Amino acid sequence: MANEEKKPRSSRIWGWVNERLPVDEMLKSHATEYYAPKNFNVWYVFGVLSLVVLVNQLLTGIFLTMSYKPSATEAFASVEYIMRDVDWGWLIRYLHSTGASAFFIVVYLHMFRALMYGSYRAPRELLWIFGMVIYLALMAEAFMGYLLPWGNMSYWGAQVIVSLFGTIPVIGASLAEWIKGDYFISDITLNRFFSLHVIAIPLILVFLVVAHIQALHTVGSNNPDGIEIKKKKNADGIPLDGVAFHPYYTVKDLYALGVFLMLFLGVVFFAPTFGGMFLEAPNFDQANPMLTPPHIAPVWYFTPFYAMLRAVPSFMGTQVWGVIVMFSAILLLFFLPWLDRSPVKSIRYKGPITKVALAVLAVSFVVLGYCGIQPPQGIFPLLARIFTVTYFLFFLLMPWYSRIDRSKPVPDRVTYDAH
Amino acid sequence: MTDAVDHGRRQLLVKATALTGAVGVAFAATPFLASWKPSARAKALGAPIEIDISKLEAGGMVKVIWRGKPVWVLKRTPAMLAQIKNADPLVLDPQSEGSVQPDYAKNETRSRRPDILVLLGVCTHLGCSPMSKFEAGDVTVSADWPGGFYCPCHGSKFDLAGRVFKGVPAPANMAVPPYEFEGEDKILVGADGPKSA
Repeated sequence: MANEEKKPRSSRIWGWVNERLPVDEMLKSHATEYYAPKNFNVWYVFGVLSLVVLVNQLLTGIFLTMSYKPSATEAFASVEYIMRDVDWGWLIRYLHSTGASAFFIVVYLHMFRALMYGSYRAPRELLWIFGMVIYLALMAEAFMGYLLPWGNMSYWGAQVIVSLFGTIPVIGASLAEWIKGDYFISDITLNRFFSLHVIAIPLILVFLVVAHIQALHTVGSNNPDGIEIKKKKNADGIPLDGVAFHPYYTVKDLYALGVFLMLFLGVVFFAPTFGGMFLEAPNFDQANPMLTPPHIAPVWYFTPFYAMLRAVPSFMGTQVWGVIVMFSAILLLFFLPWLDRSPVKSIRYKGPITKVALAVLAVSFVVLGYCGIQPPQGIFPLLARIFTVTYFLFFLLMPWYSRIDRSKPVPDRVTYDAH
Repeated sequence: MTDAVDHGRRQLLVKATALTGAVGVAFAATPFLASWKPSARAKALGAPIEIDISKLEAGGMVKVIWRGKPVWVLKRTPAMLAQIKNADPLVLDPQSEGSVQPDYAKNETRSRRPDILVLLGVCTHLGCSPMSKFEAGDVTVSADWPGGFYCPCHGSKFDLAGRVFKGVPAPANMAVPPYEFEGEDKILVGADGPKSA
């Protein structure tokens, strides 16, 4: 007791808090005593960056909501009001609109990292599935957010996507009507998408991110060698190849954040529309149900799947097949942990077939993304069909090629040069 | 009295309680899910509209707005119906295989009654509203024009049944909305009943 009283007041208050809420414990288990492999490379910054972008979206979104009006008659004008009359409103909006594209850039790189280094393999299957659900929620969030400015591309983009549900046999028509709450995309639809965009899906996203990180810190991080560092521990039970997340990786991530912010703010300040890629030209016209834009294309992050949708011809009097193909392309990713039968995790030790297959997937995704931006004319429908097939072959043939591929022996310890 | 736990009985009770709870959840969810359906106001605004065609003379057309889109009702003369026949070799999809229309309008005249054409007046290319060019040989369109609709935006052409011509930007025949006849002189657009007058 006497000892207690000699402690400084701040330390006593901290102790009082910790007896009631284990703040110290949480900081230790998630930062100062969370041991991450010491051989991380630059591919390991995109998880933290996506967290930063999430915070950016939440913050700027809260401030946009203060000036935005979710009604068909006022929405478009209220966005112009934010851009012209609200002090710094243009910055807050461009941070939000650029943030949406930045979110998908860092998430796609984050996912590609997982594909390269086998981060979806046991024991990280659930971590991977949480990540995929986050990706789905993010797509729903982006799609609904895109309707809110009530521009003409917002309107017709939503029209196209909602009509996808209308292709489902039997229940399709009433399902599309149920989603819209009307017989066409109207004020009612806008108002409900606003509610989902600002409350429902962000809540789900934050919950999923917490689950994703908790799952990560339970099984531990993978690394570019795909070696489980928890298998080799020192006398104190600390992995020999691990370093504390804080300060070692917080410092590294801060550096990456600096680089990221230069690029991100460069776009925000100098090219917020990014040549029509981040903000499409027809969206500077108000929504007009009587006038379709010359060419309807979703924002770039959806175009690979949009290209697949258009690549599949209608058959037996329905277009539902394209919709099935498009959703299967995403669904297949969920099954990766069980499709990959390779004895090794990382691309470093996998054989030549797997390396070619992963390259084919990356090329397919990029080419499909480009096809999805272009009008479905000339060479593009053919390209979209070819690369839809190669995209699917990556997954469907994986149980076969991952088993027969000649993999290299995996070392006991991670590859690491002290520097 | 014994300390032994009857696990079978306990499991049955757990399952029965869970099932009852699930039924409760389903009931509680119903109002929320049902609140997404078109509201009474949306239904009223999107209700079928009645069009009186008693004063529509042969060869005449009326235009109305239904669910945010223009709807055309054209009363075709026997000569116009013959013009449709003449257009058969010129149109892309004479049997309306790839276009939107109710089953009862998937025929030669694309209508329930041969003389009355009901169309959504929206070009299937980019949603402009085509113009009426009913006269065959109208030189403002082309010398061999069989009569129909002409879209001023990008030059798409449709015949007097709304079928798209070959070699124009529009990819499909114009859409036919659901409609039914109420007696001889009234059309209900948006209703799909069996009545075909």
